[in-house]
Amino acid sequence: MNSVKRFDMFRMFFSVLVALLISFVIIFFVSEEPVTAIVTLITGPLKSKRNMGDVVVAMVPLIFTGTGVCIMFSANQINLATEGGFHLGGLVAAAVVLKMGLPAGLSPIVAICMAALVGAVFCAIPAVMKIKTGSPELVSSLMINYLSLWFCTFILMHFLQDPSVGSASYKLPAESELPTLIKGTNIHAGLLVALLVAVLGYVFLYKTRTGYELRLTGENEAFARYSGINIVKVILISQMVGGVIAGMGGGVELLSPIYSRFSWVGLLGYGWDAIIICTLAKKNPLYTPLAALFLAYLRTGASIMARYTDVTLEIVQITQGIIILLVVAEQFLSGMKHRMIAKEAKASLKEEEVA
Amino acid sequence: MLQNLLSPEFFNAILRATTPILFASLAASVAAKSGITNMALEGIMLFAALFGVVFSAMTGNFAGGLLLTMIAGGLIGLLLAFFVLNLKTDEILAAIAINLMATGGTVLLMLAISGDRGSSTSIASVSAPRIVIPLVDKIPFLGQILSGQNLMTYLSILAVVVMHLFLYKTPLGLKIRAVGENKNAAESVGISAKKIQYIALILSGVLASMGGYFLSGGYMNMFTKDMSAGKGYIALAASAMGGDTPIGGFLVSLLFGAAQALANMMQLTDIPHELIQMVPYLTTLVGLGIYSYAGMKRRQRLAGK
Repeated sequence: MNSVKRFDMFRMFFSVLVALLISFVIIFFVSEEPVTAIVTLITGPLKSKRNMGDVVVAMVPLIFTGTGVCIMFSANQINLATEGGFHLGGLVAAAVVLKMGLPAGLSPIVAICMAALVGAVFCAIPAVMKIKTGSPELVSSLMINYLSLWFCTFILMHFLQDPSVGSASYKLPAESELPTLIKGTNIHAGLLVALLVAVLGYVFLYKTRTGYELRLTGENEAFARYSGINIVKVILISQMVGGVIAGMGGGVELLSPIYSRFSWVGLLGYGWDAIIICTLAKKNPLYTPLAALFLAYLRTGASIMARYTDVTLEIVQITQGIIILLVVAEQFLSGMKHRMIAKEAKASLKEEEVA
Repeated sequence: MLQNLLSPEFFNAILRATTPILFASLAASVAAKSGITNMALEGIMLFAALFGVVFSAMTGNFAGGLLLTMIAGGLIGLLLAFFVLNLKTDEILAAIAINLMATGGTVLLMLAISGDRGSSTSIASVSAPRIVIPLVDKIPFLGQILSGQNLMTYLSILAVVVMHLFLYKTPLGLKIRAVGENKNAAESVGISAKKIQYIALILSGVLASMGGYFLSGGYMNMFTKDMSAGKGYIALAASAMGGDTPIGGFLVSLLFGAAQALANMMQLTDIPHELIQMVPYLTTLVGLGIYSYAGMKRRQRLAGK
């Protein structure tokens, strides 16, 4: 690892630290018991086996959407429809296990595959609009997220709703639930799927020809075009692969042991969380589990804190915002980086003189 | 239904629904003219919607509340400018960060101030007044549309004129457009692009905050969680479709306002409300597609293909 890379690592850790410190200051302002709140936030997830399991469970959707966004952003397709794709994936999985009446072993597999398929079609909408009409995928993807939310709510309320519980579907059949891996926790088989997706995402982006074309287009579209890369193909493939992963993530999440019904009547925000995962992982899917672990830890800590103290969960969104701002800010600590590079250059010059 | 569509009340409702989108679309256009996509509009509006309630309750009148909210909006614009221009943060990611902080921060603040998570009913805020224009309100049909609107609605239309004059008739407006058109060319004639973009983003923040203020102090009389509901994003589309000009943005905002008003009116029919909620977003999506398609064809024609 060269010193510039090492410095970038240091800068990232420093950014996270600054963001946490600012959040602690905010906690001091809004809370009556700031010290207890902060201690709970930091140590809460380690208090019990169950809490530790919750951290791992919370990682799963983040790895999925994070990997999806890594692939789309690597091709410089700023498609934010992972949010809607994830939501739709959950709905499709619920509909399949509730309505299709497939045999127990097959049901969750078909459900997750269907969710992935629908996610791909959904995330391809901005791509097709960009290719056929030249509309920016950023704006169209933001619009279809709201369409996804209301479409899913419509299907839920008119076709899947269990009248006895209000805004939730009928209970999902127990045999379609993903099996738990470790007793006493909710850690489920979806984790393995998520890790596999992260590794496959890495292989796709960094070890295949198409992945190389994606990244090259992301770096410099004009250059990629002149090198004979089919930009239309890159636009479509990057967003569809991102959509497959997002939809699959929604399906896996819904069939995990933490949900017994489809009850998502608001956007869950995993698409936005994916941005911070992608930022921390430097667009490399292989690092998404690490980034997801960090965010999941913070989330779990915050929800424990919200349960036992007067600070709400929403503090995490502020921390997340600050982390994104600082990590992406190229010039943050740039003076220090320049001094370090200059010092090393001088040192190497001196060595040459001595030699 | 048709009778309702032709009634003056419906046209009155269109202007009301247009107001927040219009303010935000003006905010988007001034930033875009300086060469920056300001996606943080959504977050600035959300922050402003809460600030409007808090500040108007603090000062006891709407004018003080509005003024402080505009200052706060300008400060968020300044923060965005600092990160984008000084620290070289990607403008879209910086905006996403600000929007995230708005989603969480507004709930956190509201809880700290009022002890309520969902809405600000317990804060005694003061909304902007409705204004009856003498004589105009006597004109049949038209009077009912144009008179009796919220002060902010009139301000938003005034802002279109002001922003048009500002961008096209003042030296500073010319500089903003020059920087957006070609940063290097502008710098070569001695314009500080950074300074100009700072000004544009602060102005953008102020305009967006006025739209946010209207949401909680006119359109509704309280703040509710996530009440901006994508209006900032819709405005981004409106501004782009209006060619990033104030007047173009106004016309497209009217279209989107009409879609919102139509959706509000359809609530009275038997159509499931989930489908009605889709109308404003679907209109924006289809409008964006048609506009972009026309633009693409025009460019291809000019390129001689």
